[in-house]
Amino acid sequence: MKKKSQKIYLAIIMAFLYAPIIYLIAYSFNDGKTSVWKGFTMKWYTALFQDAQIMGSLYNTLLVAILASVIATVLGTAAAIGIYNFKGGVRSAIQNVSNIPIINPEIVTGVSLMLLFTFAGTMLGFEMGFWTVLLAHIGFCTPYVILNVTPRIRQMDASLYEAALDLGCSPMQAFFKVVLHELLPGILSGFLISFTYSLDDFVITYFTRGSRFQTLPIQIYTMTHQRINPKANALSALMFLVILVILIISNVVSAKKDKEAVR
Amino acid sequence: MKKLTVLLTCVIIVLSSLTFTACSGSGYEGEVNVYNWGEYISPGDDETLDVIAEFERRYNIKVNYTNFETNEELYNVLVNSNSSYDVIIPSDYMVARLRSEGMLEKIDLGNIPNYKNIDEKFRISDFDPTGEYSVAYSWGIVALVYNTTMIPEGEITGFKDMWNPKYRNDVLMFNNSRDAMAIAMQVCDPPIDPGSESFTGEDIDRATKKLIELKNCGSLKKYVMDQVFTEMEGSQSALAAYYGGDIYTMLDNNEELSYSLPEEGSNLFIDSMCIPTCCQNKENAELFINFMCDPEIAAANADYICYGTPNKAALELMDDDYKESPLCNPPQEYIDKCYTFANIDDQIYSEMQEKFVKACSSTAEVSSIEIKTTSVESKIAVAVILAIVVIATVIVIILDIRRAVKNRGRINKI
Repeated sequence: MKKKSQKIYLAIIMAFLYAPIIYLIAYSFNDGKTSVWKGFTMKWYTALFQDAQIMGSLYNTLLVAILASVIATVLGTAAAIGIYNFKGGVRSAIQNVSNIPIINPEIVTGVSLMLLFTFAGTMLGFEMGFWTVLLAHIGFCTPYVILNVTPRIRQMDASLYEAALDLGCSPMQAFFKVVLHELLPGILSGFLISFTYSLDDFVITYFTRGSRFQTLPIQIYTMTHQRINPKANALSALMFLVILVILIISNVVSAKKDKEAVR
Repeated sequence: MKKLTVLLTCVIIVLSSLTFTACSGSGYEGEVNVYNWGEYISPGDDETLDVIAEFERRYNIKVNYTNFETNEELYNVLVNSNSSYDVIIPSDYMVARLRSEGMLEKIDLGNIPNYKNIDEKFRISDFDPTGEYSVAYSWGIVALVYNTTMIPEGEITGFKDMWNPKYRNDVLMFNNSRDAMAIAMQVCDPPIDPGSESFTGEDIDRATKKLIELKNCGSLKKYVMDQVFTEMEGSQSALAAYYGGDIYTMLDNNEELSYSLPEEGSNLFIDSMCIPTCCQNKENAELFINFMCDPEIAAANADYICYGTPNKAALELMDDDYKESPLCNPPQEYIDKCYTFANIDDQIYSEMQEKFVKACSSTAEVSSIEIKTTSVESKIAVAVILAIVVIATVIVIILDIRRAVKNRGRINKI
């Protein structure tokens, strides 16, 4: 009895969470422009790939996401190791300060970045565009990497690093051969989280994009001006798939790692 | 170690080459920054012409095309950011506002030979009396669409029918203050003209009352925007007011539907191409505007958007269905009955918005929430939230340090 009610509860939660996405994916195959079902078609997907505007935005989005997550991963890992080597109060202070971008409402970050970039832009003569968006994305991705790497450092046995040094590694070698290897799962998950956050960020990009630069989330948002174009459904479905694949990969990787650890 | 270095260098090289192609726009002779409504240009899929690619091909000028969602958003971006836009496409009342605030550049019509294609009646208007600041892009009227299986053909004649309690829970109204208020004003007795000198806050109150009446008489189903397509094409509602060009596409998708041009007259809206003062490539901007006035290009856009085209030569190229439909191309006698929202004072406009929210508060979600970054209040709000976050962090840090100190003390004692 109890089992059954548990299952029903779970089913309701799942339906609630995934119904909108399933609805969206189903209607991306609808041969008609509204939610009246008119038959199956793939035409929105072909139209999607022929639309130069959307493809341009896709390229921009991917470029920013890849660059921002790579740079944020490097910065975040270095920062996490650095923070760990501080002591006591200073460490927790820096750690908490580095969390501000996560706690801070996106809209506040976005508006303040826009004001800053506009001010700096008028002083130094540059305009908002690709670079400002990239900077902003690195800014909000880095804390997530720190957050993911720090626990790994805590778990790591500090004597491993010392042993490597004793056995003749230079500090650099010890870092790349031993420490990095130990931290890799945390770094990877930090990277993946940064990548997905950067991929679907709307608010901050919206405020820092300037007049020459547009990413997919913004494009989808403005596509609803007249009516929701089914191309937007197709696009959202694809984005959802990409994120899903990334999630599955990261879970599989960490599951494997755990198994190895158990052994 | 070596492998890793090689891998890293490879990644860096690939990424930097990617960034270069992203930023330099290689091979183009110039660029033009265009800021337009979303879904408001022919995009170039199977059946349509890719207008932007065509411009790039013809003139070898890179188009940086970005979109906005509302006129207010456009305004905020122009005021707040230092980005340069070369061509923008605001609606009538926003053109008036930008012009009166000195944010528009005069367009040199001598550089736009295709201007001759623009119909005379769209060259000069209330919002741009000299016609020097704007070139009309697209226009339309608000009309009524109804389902003939629920309402006998011909029974709907004007906006006043929306207030008929007979159509119980079957009427759809705009979910934006401008269009909803405009309809309410026209149904008021006597009708209110928002363009007139005597237009005051009292008139807004009257219109608001009328809107509340729409709910109280039981005919209103809900306030909608895009949802209207689903509701009407799926035969879920009987009567709705919406933009003419969109009704034209609805009729295509559901044979039960019929339309009516409201006898009271209607709101005529015109979206125009303008050059803002932050423009940095005026020559290219004029080239782009001229290109958009090219009959074939304008026809491709009109065919995709389905709104009216102010371009006479383009109209000739359209198919008869479009040309003869009063929804896309209303007869002159009807246009004379319509009015535009031209010079609405900023304050009155925001009052309208507030009152509208009140009028529909119990039933509806209001669509556009404005982020007014212009006002000092919003900056203060941002600062306050930021301050709260910082203070919270500081408190957490202090607590942490205290705990650390205490623990250390304990360790020392031991």
